[in-house]
Amino acid sequence: MTKEQRLQKRYSAEKRFKWYGIISICMALLFVALLVTKVLSEGTSAFVKSTIEIKLNFDQTALNLPEKPITEDLNAIDFYSFAIDQILKTYPTSNRDEEKELIKLFTTDFEFEVKDFFLANTNLLNQTVSFKITASSDLDQLHKGNYAKNISEDRRKISNYQLKIYDHFIQNNKITKVFNVYFFTNGDSRNPEIAGIGGAMLGSFFSILVCLIISFPIALLAAVYLEEFAPKNKFTDFIEININNLAAVPSIVFGLLGLGILLNVFELPRSTSLVGGITLALMTLPRIIIPCRASLKAVPPSIREAALAVGASKVQSVIHHVVPLAMPGTLSGTIIGLAQALGETAPLLLIGMVAFVVQVPANPLDPSASLPIQVYLWSESAERGFVEKTSATIMVLLGFLIIMNSIAVYARQKFEKKWI
Amino acid sequence: MNLLILVFIFVFSFSCFFFGKSQIKKIAAVNNFKTKALPHFYGFYLSLWCALPAILIVFLWTVFEPFIVKYLIISGLEQSSLADIDHDRLNLVYQKIKALYFGTYSGAASEQIQLGAKQYGSFLSMAQNAKIVLVFTAVIGFTLVAYKKITNNTHAREGVESIFKVVLILCSVVAVLTTAGIIFSLLIESIKFFSQINFFDFLFGLDWSPQKAFVRDTSIVLTASEKQELSNAFGAVPLFAGTGFIALIAMSVAVPIGLFSAIYLAEYAGSNLRKFGKPVIEVLAGIPTVVYGFFAALTVGPFIKSIGDTLGLDVSSESALAAGLVMGVMIIPFVSSLSDDVINAVPQSLREGSYALGATKSETIKQVVLPAALPGIIGSILLAVSRAIGETMIVVMAAGLAANLTINPLDSTTTITTQIVMILVGDQEFTSAKTQAAFALGLTLFVVTLILNFIALSVVNKYREKYD
Repeated sequence: MTKEQRLQKRYSAEKRFKWYGIISICMALLFVALLVTKVLSEGTSAFVKSTIEIKLNFDQTALNLPEKPITEDLNAIDFYSFAIDQILKTYPTSNRDEEKELIKLFTTDFEFEVKDFFLANTNLLNQTVSFKITASSDLDQLHKGNYAKNISEDRRKISNYQLKIYDHFIQNNKITKVFNVYFFTNGDSRNPEIAGIGGAMLGSFFSILVCLIISFPIALLAAVYLEEFAPKNKFTDFIEININNLAAVPSIVFGLLGLGILLNVFELPRSTSLVGGITLALMTLPRIIIPCRASLKAVPPSIREAALAVGASKVQSVIHHVVPLAMPGTLSGTIIGLAQALGETAPLLLIGMVAFVVQVPANPLDPSASLPIQVYLWSESAERGFVEKTSATIMVLLGFLIIMNSIAVYARQKFEKKWI
Repeated sequence: MNLLILVFIFVFSFSCFFFGKSQIKKIAAVNNFKTKALPHFYGFYLSLWCALPAILIVFLWTVFEPFIVKYLIISGLEQSSLADIDHDRLNLVYQKIKALYFGTYSGAASEQIQLGAKQYGSFLSMAQNAKIVLVFTAVIGFTLVAYKKITNNTHAREGVESIFKVVLILCSVVAVLTTAGIIFSLLIESIKFFSQINFFDFLFGLDWSPQKAFVRDTSIVLTASEKQELSNAFGAVPLFAGTGFIALIAMSVAVPIGLFSAIYLAEYAGSNLRKFGKPVIEVLAGIPTVVYGFFAALTVGPFIKSIGDTLGLDVSSESALAAGLVMGVMIIPFVSSLSDDVINAVPQSLREGSYALGATKSETIKQVVLPAALPGIIGSILLAVSRAIGETMIVVMAAGLAANLTINPLDSTTTITTQIVMILVGDQEFTSAKTQAAFALGLTLFVVTLILNFIALSVVNKYREKYD
């Protein structure tokens, strides 16, 4: 091999090595892009739902109301049969089975939709109005194009007869897509069209609130002690090693802690966001202490010395000067820690937050799910209506995480002092 | 009730602050002396002494009251019943008594339970009265003592600051208590587990089928052969192998990609690319694991299966490969960001020395920078391994449930964390060996990750000291 050839070989090795790096970064980026496109392409359709427009004739006799109805009369109306009567008028049916198939195209909750609408607008008595009733999940999926129409009937969720009704509705412009309010306000449900993440969002909110209330003050004070007051001795070293190791313990172990201690020994209520919050707080505590210490360490000693020089005590110099100056760093560390807690699933599984909860929780002592748990629960379900809802929940979850992390980054950049 | 007491304490201590502050000014003016601290320290002094002991009492009382009441009821039951009943039965009766008292009991209650419920109610009201009396005495007593000290012109600032320091120490001890709580909760159940199952059968057994423990009545005494059979059902080797196998697949994705991107970002990339690339890779670490699990189960798994089917391979829809690949992507940032720091910490003079000898950039990296950074890189890889072993959601959603001892990546395998979740989600029976097995697995997981983290952290720290 000549000298030139050797040199050429070395140069091409150099080039190859550089390309390995570029390819690696591209693969990481590609995966982020793939995941985001997958979630976006699948999830966006869950934010709208199909509705079927029907004519509601609030006829006094049809509603069985007396001449001058009072509130009790209104509450006593049999909305179920009234709504069914109105639904059956939308398409001519010849027998019981066909009626059933027609009714199945509407959400199972049609009765309550009509009831809520009428009780909110009682002045519509004896008038005919058009009203949009939520369609059933199957019709919704058909309308969004997620069901194939050209396969044999027994492999379809929608029968030929229902397809005929659907075509009829489409011709008359009866089916419209509207913003899916249920998705944000309702709790979980077995019926995809009325299932929502309202309960899960509140459950997550309560757990994160409990987590914040417990972990932030404790983490800040612990960091202050370790950075400012702790003497250099075995005990301090022990605490430090403990915190560092705790930050790397798998999250599921904290679930076992919550199950073994909080639920079994202290007998706190299962499946509640209170227990979830405490478990998450124990988990995030070391993850908040570490950035808090870093930001306290970044405050230059001259600040402390100046405070001491004008006669402040050690405690005063810390509370009045060091901690406020370190606040942007500690706050952004806390927010990032809470964002991690928000996405955490495994420990919550073990303390029973996977229960099927229809009610939207009103306080931290109610059983509830959380956003990541809802993703897990729905991803297990095979129904097509839940698949898009899973992706949409992921979108909401990622949205919250992006907001929290941006606030953290912004707070740090805007308020943190740069010491020279 | 607790809320009411706490509100009272807060209101009282709040007013104590202003009282103490104004009082010391008055006393100083009347007796004509100089106060030893600023007036508001006297306020803090008074209000802290008023509130803290009382809150501590409320807290401890609330924590320990259920245990004491339970103890009293159960010892009462033991005395009243002539035949000795075992501990589990007593516990059950106690739960029934509680349910009856809170009105959630369904069905007809026996006389014993009704009596117990009455007793339970009287204990509760007694405890509440005692608590209120105690809290009031504490609030008033401590406030009076503190007030006396104020009028004597005590060193209020020192007093307040020493309380503050005690609070600081207590807060930093919480982390130690958490570790203690983890060890305690894992050990208690694990010890029960190992009293039924031989420790070595667990660690070296090849068959994992915990459902066998579920059908058996716990009160029946087992014969030796039955015991052996039960012991054989908890061989954890398939789980260890599955965990290790999936972690291996994950590491074979994460280490090359993570390391090469770290090298590129640290050595080749311009400052703009660096500023953009590093956060984007770290985004991977911020995505919740349940999202990865969803992706692995619904996209990567079916994708691998369809490729396998076209190639004529038999692929399980819950293959180890899908879980491992996605987990590898999740771990990339753990490898890359720490390696990046470590590579940046290698002194510039080493590189310049190498360039001066005529080496190209890649030769410098391969033969000078990487060997110098090796301990730190190994530390970061160890941390990533401990992440991979402890990762739960991806494997729960994408890996299988059956404990196969296999090295075929297209087969389904299970992991330690999957089994913990599968055992503990849903109804649990805390006397069953199956439930306790989850805690024994948790203990294994905790110990292994602890060792890995400990080694990794000490390696990284030692490395930092070398070049600092």
